[in-house]
Amino acid sequence: MKKNSRPLLIYLFIYLGFLYAPVVLLPLFAFNDSAIIAFPLSGFTTDWFSWLMEDESLFRALKNSVLIAVTASFISTIFGVLTARAMARHRFLGKQSMFGLIMAPLFLPEIIVGVSILIVLMQLGLALSLWTVIAGHVLLATPFSVSILTTAFNNLDRSLEEASLDLGENRIGTFFRVILPLVTPGLISSLLIGFTISLDEFVIAFFLTGTDPTLPVYIWSLLRFPSKLPVVMALGFILLVASLVLLSIFEFYRRRSESLASGKENSGIK
Amino acid sequence: MKFGTQIKQSLDGWRLIGTPFIFGLLLLLTPILLLVLLSFWTQEYLDLNRTFTFANYKEIFSHPVFITLIKRSVNISLFVTASTVLLAFPVAYYISFYGGKRKALLLFLITIPFWTSYLLRIFLWKIILGYNGVINSGLISLNFIQEPLTFILYNSNAVVLALAHAWAPFAIFPIYVSLEKIDRSLLEAGRDLGDTAVRSFFRITLPLAMPGIIAASLIVFIPTIGDYVTPKLVGGTEGMMVANMIQVQFSKANNAPLAAALAIVSLSIVVLISLVFLFFNRKYLRRQI
Repeated sequence: MKKNSRPLLIYLFIYLGFLYAPVVLLPLFAFNDSAIIAFPLSGFTTDWFSWLMEDESLFRALKNSVLIAVTASFISTIFGVLTARAMARHRFLGKQSMFGLIMAPLFLPEIIVGVSILIVLMQLGLALSLWTVIAGHVLLATPFSVSILTTAFNNLDRSLEEASLDLGENRIGTFFRVILPLVTPGLISSLLIGFTISLDEFVIAFFLTGTDPTLPVYIWSLLRFPSKLPVVMALGFILLVASLVLLSIFEFYRRRSESLASGKENSGIK
Repeated sequence: MKFGTQIKQSLDGWRLIGTPFIFGLLLLLTPILLLVLLSFWTQEYLDLNRTFTFANYKEIFSHPVFITLIKRSVNISLFVTASTVLLAFPVAYYISFYGGKRKALLLFLITIPFWTSYLLRIFLWKIILGYNGVINSGLISLNFIQEPLTFILYNSNAVVLALAHAWAPFAIFPIYVSLEKIDRSLLEAGRDLGDTAVRSFFRITLPLAMPGIIAASLIVFIPTIGDYVTPKLVGGTEGMMVANMIQVQFSKANNAPLAAALAIVSLSIVVLISLVFLFFNRKYLRRQI
């Protein structure tokens, strides 16, 4: 059995090499003391990072992106809670088709979503703003929130909810004091995934952004200037490191969510 | 009366799902219906001519430019899908069957390169493949070539390479999940009853992994056919895809109805090919029961 796996292991390493090929260039050129992106490397510098720190439009774009990502992930998580709860506990007319429409953005190329929303906005004569980008990103992130939260709500032990109702807590109290704490890990995962999707999304933001660019739209504008490339590399490196930190937090909560869901006996009752 | 009680029963569910549903209605369904409507109108300089006509579709299907772009987009994304899934399968297989205690670590190693901006990941391929890029400067300094190779960037192959890279983890994960679900005792039973390793792979593992393979194919196929960034950055004119044309018609050419018709044609192709994938999936799902 073990012998058979040797060629596969070699393949795995080659494949990982392919996956890492572009990314290893980020730190190389982010710290490379040359305005031209080419080998051989010339020397070590942190100049490009200082450049970044002085770029005011970058910070404005970053602020826009964070604002959009926080708002969009918050709204999509609320939508996720509403949808997941309805799907897990209720029977109603049109259940499958309503669910289908909410999940549909997963099955559509982004350019089509972006173009069609833009057409509506143009017909209505509405100006593009951060809100239009938020609306697009909510649409995109909601299906992910729904899938994460559906798992969380399906894993909920119904008897805990019934116990709370029997002991005299009303529906709203039960929701906030029993259900919500139990799905908190799911809520945090949903917020984080919505945040990362929105932060990295380009096409919809490109179509729906007004005069205030998001970070990806700003990066896109930088890519046209060869002199800006080392700065872009430095920015990419920072994004990579920041995302990995965020990912570790996400992983932490995901594991807690799993242990909460699988180890019911030691979560609620002692 | 029965309908009345059904409505009453439904109220609780509707109260919850109502808001996200109406949001989807307003921001997805309505816009797409308007897109369909717009595709049957025409642009006359600055004004929209709102008489119903097939003119945009006729234009798309009579101009080789549009047909070439659509064909190329379908070809590129099908090729990307096939190669991504094919290359990802052995990786998912190794992690699932031989990963042991390192499963989580290996999966984490796979995701690390993807935690930087999508734009930059694609752009980095331009740096690898470009005229002064990593490959050319490397080969020149090793004296393998005298002049930089120019055929490696700005064509469909570069687009395929960059996309196959960008979507790799999205293919690995669903396949890995489906492989994890396979009951290992089935494989042992197959072996005990005299199947060779190869035969048990093709008769047990592969059919049971099919839902994951098909999910992976859909996850890669749907976004790649409408990808805008990759062809724009590494495709050149030779690797341009339909999304770029939609954007050009929308902005520079100021022909929103034609852009709408192009979007609808692409959407129909996506739906059609997805249905074929799902049809295969249904066949495999049924066999499992």
